[in-house]
Amino acid sequence: MRIPCPYCGPRDAHEFSYLGDATLRRPDPAAPDAATAFHDYVYLRDNPAGTHEELWYHGGGCRSWLVVTRNTVTHAITDARFAKERS
Amino acid sequence: MHYSILSIIANAVTGQKLWSPAWRDAKPKPAYDVVIVGGGGHGLATAYYLAKQHGVRNVAVVEKGWIGSGNAGRNTTIIRSNYGLPGNIPFYEWSMKLWEGLEQELNYNAMVSQRGVLNLYHSDPQRDAYARRGNAMRLHGVDAELLDREQVRAMLPFLDFDNARFPIQGGLLQRRGGTARHDGVVWGYARAADRLGVDIVQNCEVTGFLREGERIVGVETTLGPIRAGKVGLAVAGNSSRLGRLAGLRLPIESHALQAFVSEGLKPLIPGVVTFGAGHFYVSQSDKGGLVFGGDIEGYNSYAQRGNLPVIEDVCEGGMALMPLIGRLRLLRSWGGLCDMSMDGSPIIDRAPVAGLYLNAGWSYGGFKATPASGWCFAHTIARDEPHPVSAAYRLDRFATGHLIDEKGVGAQPNLH
Repeated sequence: MRIPCPYCGPRDAHEFSYLGDATLRRPDPAAPDAATAFHDYVYLRDNPAGTHEELWYHGGGCRSWLVVTRNTVTHAITDARFAKERS
Repeated sequence: MHYSILSIIANAVTGQKLWSPAWRDAKPKPAYDVVIVGGGGHGLATAYYLAKQHGVRNVAVVEKGWIGSGNAGRNTTIIRSNYGLPGNIPFYEWSMKLWEGLEQELNYNAMVSQRGVLNLYHSDPQRDAYARRGNAMRLHGVDAELLDREQVRAMLPFLDFDNARFPIQGGLLQRRGGTARHDGVVWGYARAADRLGVDIVQNCEVTGFLREGERIVGVETTLGPIRAGKVGLAVAGNSSRLGRLAGLRLPIESHALQAFVSEGLKPLIPGVVTFGAGHFYVSQSDKGGLVFGGDIEGYNSYAQRGNLPVIEDVCEGGMALMPLIGRLRLLRSWGGLCDMSMDGSPIIDRAPVAGLYLNAGWSYGGFKATPASGWCFAHTIARDEPHPVSAAYRLDRFATGHLIDEKGVGAQPNLH
């Protein structure tokens, strides 16, 4: 598996560390439903068979956090961008 | 036909013409009392114990491929009960006890071989942790022996005892652990369940659930709808996909785990050996090949294959433990899908949807649990209450804080 790093170009997945689902958002700890929201945030996952947006860290390269769009069935990567450019 | 010396003789003198298929390849009926989704070891064992222990014989097992084509055929066949936490030890020990009587129970040779499981330790703190685990096991009536370096050397003289980074100081041995033949387990349960009237429906993929109000009353399949009083999911690897069809979002990520087999050797490794300083475990199959594995791939995957970095990592672990492995040629590698639950422990529970039952989250350790998983899941389905030895495997434990963090890693890849 090669990940097309927007800074370094296509690099072996060995250079990267995986964090997981990039669509999760840390809930507001002051909200009245914070306990439920944090349970969902910490433990529950969509875990799709197909397109998955996920966080990878290029520790063996430019040390950027990336949001990679990858198909979990075929491992085909369709997009990789800097996480800081996202939100 | 009951398998025995008499059936062998009868067939020997009649040209092997008396054998009948071990199970019927059934077509689905319109309705059953219970439909189990997933024809792996866990699903077939559940169907068998439903029929045997609870008298629920109007049962179908539906499988999208052929039985045993998923994780039941993709593991490293290790059986053991060397766990350390209260929620785990009684369950896995019950599984071990069922393994010990499995072949007589099923009238099928599952090649259960109690050749011992040895976990090596490489430091003083690790010895302390293993001593504690061994004590916890013995308090629960499980066998465990703490071996020192010389006792290990007598068993496995070829290990790298004086490795500069990870010298072997000893190991925790469970002599009753060992291996079983994965296909034999699947076929044995299938045959035994079939003989009790269970329908095994292959090439039948579940595509949705039938509902009446809030309640699930059956499954939509590629062979048409099948109604059911209760539906049990035993589809580890794909639990999130099936769960989503039922409206559930589960505390599970799917990850691929690879396993490997070398060319055949003369008898070398007497039991199962695990490296304590990396993730590497190895045993020798009855054909002679070394069967070994290591870590999960570390990213979400539904592909039943892995990538090269993990192969390199596993082989490095093997070289650190037993340098002779470097002289062997790798014959095959394959991958299976792990239902990585968030605390690394399984879920056997009623789902929050009426009529649906969950058997999921087996992480990378489902094979050894096959008999007890079926036993407890059948109990949960038949009686609508958890079996005492699986009572800790609740789905809501993540909300209530009763996690069973045996290893404390779950799906989080950077903790492996």
